[in-house]
Amino acid sequence: MSILVIAEHHGGKLNISTARTVHCATAIGGDIHVAVLGHEIDGIAGEAAGLDGVSRILAVSGAHLEKPLAANLAPEIAALAGDYSHVLGPSTTFGKDIMPRVAALLGVNQVSDIMSVEGERQFKRPTYAGNAIVDVAVPDHAKVVATARAASWSAVEGGSSADIEKRAATTQAPGHTRYVGLKAAGGERPDLQSAPKVVSGGRALGSAENFDLIFKLADRIGAGVGASRAAVDAGYVPNDMQVGQTGKIIAPELYMAFGISGAIQHVTGIKDAGTIVAVNKDAEAPIFEIADIGLVGDLFSIIPEIQSLLD
Amino acid sequence: MKILVGIKRVVDYNVRIRVRPDGSGVDTDGVKMSINPFDEIALEEALRIKEAGKAEEVIVVSIGGDECQQQLRTGLAMGADRAVQVQSEGHVQPLTAARALLKVVEKESPGLVILGKQAIDDDNIQTGQMLAALWDRPQATFASEVILEGDKATVTREVDGGLETIEVDLPAVITADLRLNQPRFVKLPDIMKAKRKPLDVMSLGDLGVAAENDIDIGHHAPPPQRSRGIMVEDAAQLVKELKDRGLL
Ligand SMILES: Cc1cc2nc3c(=O)[nH]c(=O)nc-3n(C[C@H](O)[C@H](O)[C@H](O)COP(=O)(O)OP(=O)(O)OC[C@H]3O[C@@H](n4cnc5c(N)ncnc54)[C@H](O)[C@@H]3O)c2cc1C
Ligand SMILES: Nc1ncnc2c1ncn2[C@@H]1O[C@H](COP(=O)(O)O)[C@@H](O)[C@H]1O
Repeated sequence: MSILVIAEHHGGKLNISTARTVHCATAIGGDIHVAVLGHEIDGIAGEAAGLDGVSRILAVSGAHLEKPLAANLAPEIAALAGDYSHVLGPSTTFGKDIMPRVAALLGVNQVSDIMSVEGERQFKRPTYAGNAIVDVAVPDHAKVVATARAASWSAVEGGSSADIEKRAATTQAPGHTRYVGLKAAGGERPDLQSAPKVVSGGRALGSAENFDLIFKLADRIGAGVGASRAAVDAGYVPNDMQVGQTGKIIAPELYMAFGISGAIQHVTGIKDAGTIVAVNKDAEAPIFEIADIGLVGDLFSIIPEIQSLLD
Repeated sequence: MKILVGIKRVVDYNVRIRVRPDGSGVDTDGVKMSINPFDEIALEEALRIKEAGKAEEVIVVSIGGDECQQQLRTGLAMGADRAVQVQSEGHVQPLTAARALLKVVEKESPGLVILGKQAIDDDNIQTGQMLAALWDRPQATFASEVILEGDKATVTREVDGGLETIEVDLPAVITADLRLNQPRFVKLPDIMKAKRKPLDVMSLGDLGVAAENDIDIGHHAPPPQRSRGIMVEDAAQLVKELKDRGLL
């Protein structure tokens, strides 16, 4: 058995999702290789070579592989896949975009969002916004193409040194898909998907200006910032902060939700959090059904109080 | 130009999901079924493109049992011109859905296929990407804005790192994210009118599609429940509690 993990990288840096996917691969077992596809990727390949459990890095370089375009990357990955029993990617927007295209080129269905490994071809995965956990098995003759659910797998440690094999791309750009640009919203705050603490705000904040309350509290305790869909839709904060079924699925040690009602689509994104704190002025809000610590009250007075207690 | 829109019948997003006690699946008896919310958004986008004079016909397609005709009729009431049902009993996996959609694509030669980014029952997030691969055409997934100009589309995509923009040549597959638009409500007279719009039925077999390499779906279990914790009275108690637990 041999597993190919597809590395995710942005701006010349390996994304943490790669180390999480490798963790999932180690649970399956066998020889684990990581494919780094891109252009001028020596640094990234070097980073990937450090991941525990990985025996080899395939550094595949080509000008058309520079940007994360599924139409360009998938054929190259499918060409590499021949030697492997499993091809694994992260369940981030990068992996969700690319891996099904790879699966189709290989003629198989994909196992999306592996939560746990029950056997070489047996997995558990969430459906219905995490409300039903299903046992799935890939038929014996089919290659396993899958994504690893980020919140279920911690990152493996670094410090190893796998061999790096440099290869040139064997495919051509189809030419029909062009990268234009990325409007990155991110700032200096901890990354939402790996932050140990996350402070999140909902519709109740009422405006982008008011959302500053959330940012200030987050900065005070060194937390990442999240939001409900309603807060994103209303334009208080950018889309990459959305937590939930259609946003990010996260597993911080501490999640603090202010003025979020607790719709199932939101709760799906935080089920794996260590401790959930909810502040809501409605004692009947569904978020209290899953909160470890609840406080009924007005966030506009409670957040400043928390701030001054911490100062 | 024709636009093809994929519509899946799913348990309504407001329904509290219950796993059957025998683990055989999710309880759907007497449960409200709807168009997958992302597919409503996909259809709305197609209708707006048509209303802007950039497409002539919008066709809704569903792969499923006869009950999915209900959702196709809703799609027709929203404004689609015709509907195609690809009859298939039982659970349809993404590769089969994509293969069936490809057959319909080959028949209809649309300039654009718009699907939802994800079906909220299986949460697979695969079908659009698979169709694009099999069709050997571009994909623009998780779209929050689509601008059509001639034979190109500029699409803004919601990605983990922010908003990404790509340009694709048509024909292409686009998958709709939540913020692409706000779907219209269906009006009663439109429901009456929709009854007279054409709805073609063909089977997977007619199209020569076999369900291959299907993943075996086994036992279903409810997720581990988080239980209700404690309630505190004020900010001071909250901060104390968090400090006691070593979280602050
Ligand atoms: C297909 C689909 C996918 C979705 N995906 C997501 C997703 O990924 N993430 C997501 O979050 N949602 C998602 N949603 C939307 C979800 O169903 C809810 O609509 C949304 O989460 C509500 O956001 P909210 O809790 O901020 O707003 P509301 O439900 O309006 O709740 C606001 C809360 O604030 C409280 N409040 C008001 N004022 C105050 C105050 N001064 N102090 C304290 N509390 C106050 C209210 O009591 C209320 O509970 C999805 C929906 C669909 C259909
Ligand atoms: N059986 C089906 N019939 C019609 N469209 C489908 C079907 N299955 C999936 N789709 C389309 O593909 C999208 C993504 O589905 P999925 O890959 O299952 O998450 C859906 O939003 C639909 O637009």
